[in-house]
Amino acid sequence: MDGPALEFRASYEEQYGFREPERYVFKARPGLSAQVVDEISEMKGEPSWMRQFRRKALDTFMAKPMPTWGNTELLQGIRFDDIYYYIKPVERQGRTWDDVPAEIKRTFDRLGIPEAERTILAGVSAQYESEVVYHSIREDLQKRGVIFTDMDSGLREHPDLVKRFFASVVPPTDNKFAALNSAVWSGGSFIYVPPGQRVEVPLQAYFRINAERMGQFERTLIIADEGSKVHYIEGCTAPIWSTDSLHSAVVELIALKGAHIRYTTIQNWANNVYNLVTKRAVAHEDAIVEWVDGNLGSKLTMKYPAIYLVGRGARGEILSCAYAGKGQHQDAGGKVFHAAPRTTSTITSKSVSRGGGRASYRGLVKIHKGAIGSKVNVRCDALLLDERSRSDTYPTMEVDEQDATIGHEATVSKIGEEQLFYLMSRGLTEQDAMALIVNGFFEAFVKELPLEYAVELNRLIQLEMEGSVG
Amino acid sequence: MGETILTIDDLHVQVEGKPILRGVNLEVHAGEIHAVMGPNGAGKSTLVQAVLGHPRCEVTGGRIVFLGTDVTGMKCDERARRGLFLGFQNPVAVPGVSVANFLLAAMGTRRVDGQPQKISIKEFRTALKEKMAQLGIGDSFLGRSVNDGFSGGERKRLEVLQMLMLGPTMALLDETDSGLDIDALKTVAGAVNRYAGSSVGVLLVTHYQRLLGFVKPHRVHVLVDGCVVRRGGPDLALDLESVGYEQLAAEA
Repeated sequence: MDGPALEFRASYEEQYGFREPERYVFKARPGLSAQVVDEISEMKGEPSWMRQFRRKALDTFMAKPMPTWGNTELLQGIRFDDIYYYIKPVERQGRTWDDVPAEIKRTFDRLGIPEAERTILAGVSAQYESEVVYHSIREDLQKRGVIFTDMDSGLREHPDLVKRFFASVVPPTDNKFAALNSAVWSGGSFIYVPPGQRVEVPLQAYFRINAERMGQFERTLIIADEGSKVHYIEGCTAPIWSTDSLHSAVVELIALKGAHIRYTTIQNWANNVYNLVTKRAVAHEDAIVEWVDGNLGSKLTMKYPAIYLVGRGARGEILSCAYAGKGQHQDAGGKVFHAAPRTTSTITSKSVSRGGGRASYRGLVKIHKGAIGSKVNVRCDALLLDERSRSDTYPTMEVDEQDATIGHEATVSKIGEEQLFYLMSRGLTEQDAMALIVNGFFEAFVKELPLEYAVELNRLIQLEMEGSVG
Repeated sequence: MGETILTIDDLHVQVEGKPILRGVNLEVHAGEIHAVMGPNGAGKSTLVQAVLGHPRCEVTGGRIVFLGTDVTGMKCDERARRGLFLGFQNPVAVPGVSVANFLLAAMGTRRVDGQPQKISIKEFRTALKEKMAQLGIGDSFLGRSVNDGFSGGERKRLEVLQMLMLGPTMALLDETDSGLDIDALKTVAGAVNRYAGSSVGVLLVTHYQRLLGFVKPHRVHVLVDGCVVRRGGPDLALDLESVGYEQLAAEA
């Protein structure tokens, strides 16, 4: 019997893994079919171009084989026929938390969302199963023309913008799971920041799965117009079920000339969630895109935020951090394409594996011909907490331009007896000593987070360490 | 003579199956400063690490008694919380953990009569500022990662700073003098002298008698090949300079 693992499970269960009785106004039957796709589109009252887009994407999904790379063994375990592709929890979205049904509100209360909304955020979107059940944006931002809404409302209220940019960065044909999302997408965020508007306070979306065997397929599109700035944060959790759930999002970012987008993710899925997400950004001239991507939990995560640097002087930064515990595989990393002169990018990956968990860094850097004077720096650090755990690095560099500067560094380290003894000789328990070392290891990531999230992440790591000492 | 703080009683220790300590006896009372000297490989570091409970030190005989409690089987952190402290010869780097956060975490483990000791951030800051001034440590120190990229002298100062902040009843300092220039040595020695009061015990492990010019030990123990071969007062350290360990061991 594995005591420590059970203990961790208990802590996750209490803080994030709790569940409420299932509630819905509509639940599609499990499995994927043209009928389910049509039902979703029908219920949402979508224009015909979107319905056709979905149907075409479904064909693409059906036609595409499963990926032959990554953890193919775990991927084969996804039972597409058992998953619920669409659950509508409420009839309409709440404007205040009082509009939200009690059990759903209780969930978000326990996750601290209304509190964060009052204190540190400029706007909040809360998705439960397939739909955004609550949404708010600060009035002053609205007056400045900033749009922050759920993707479905975005499609209804801003059809021209959506039609122009939707799937322009991640086409359904990109990969099997992008096709799946394109067919059954629901919820997610739509953000448009007008030229020159700088949103200094973060906007946040929280994604919650409650039902068993749920598939959550939110779709997020962020457009930062010329010279604008926005910071978007997303968090996600789910209850612990013995059967698997699937989270497969598509996120598209467009940073126009001189715009700055920072996209921060702190996901903390239960260990029965497959998390297969496509995230991609386009950065135009002098634009900056930053992915700050923290991956805790899930059964298998495959996620490589990408940046296309298409305008001169564009800059991209990817900071990926992963924690692979028992029974988990975090296959994460980043991709950058330098397609214009004087573009610069940095990829920093930090992974920790423990209890037989596996963390992989998978990265691609491509410097296209003509991207003269471009600079890339890649750094991957892995920390192994015990002998059973595993770390792999799969870096790929394709350089078609001679006039470019490239740096790559990778380290793998183990928590050593001397380091532990040193900290324990100051009175720290083995568990606290390990948590301190891991927190230190993630420091480069944590310092990029708003303070409240940094504190939360440190607490999560502490939680992961509970019972880690056998 | 003050209260007995630490008793090392016929201690036998193996490291990786190899006997290193072969029956060491040593007793430290409140108010005393002891010095353990000896050639390289005599077992000096093993002795102090065994007192703190380093997992690589396997005690095969004898016991360690701290403030009346047999701590021989206790884990290292438990011993530390009871008031034992080891100043490391080679302090370990902890990247990404700032000196300030590390000290705060360590302070948070203190117990008074078994109860967690409450210290406010303000008290912590005040104490820290004072001790840092004593050691000639600048503010920039606090934001740096623990021992990461530190010079030898900086590492040793941080060890002494930790001792001053944690306020152990028994401090064992393993070659805290090595790697220090003369000014730093005087600063560190001054701090040790101030720290060693009537209620605590101090044990210095040193290779040379240089430190002992600034910190006057009550007792000197000479360790050769895992055994204490000579004991004496402060003069013994001076004798060692002229006689040398080898001859001393031969005489024993």
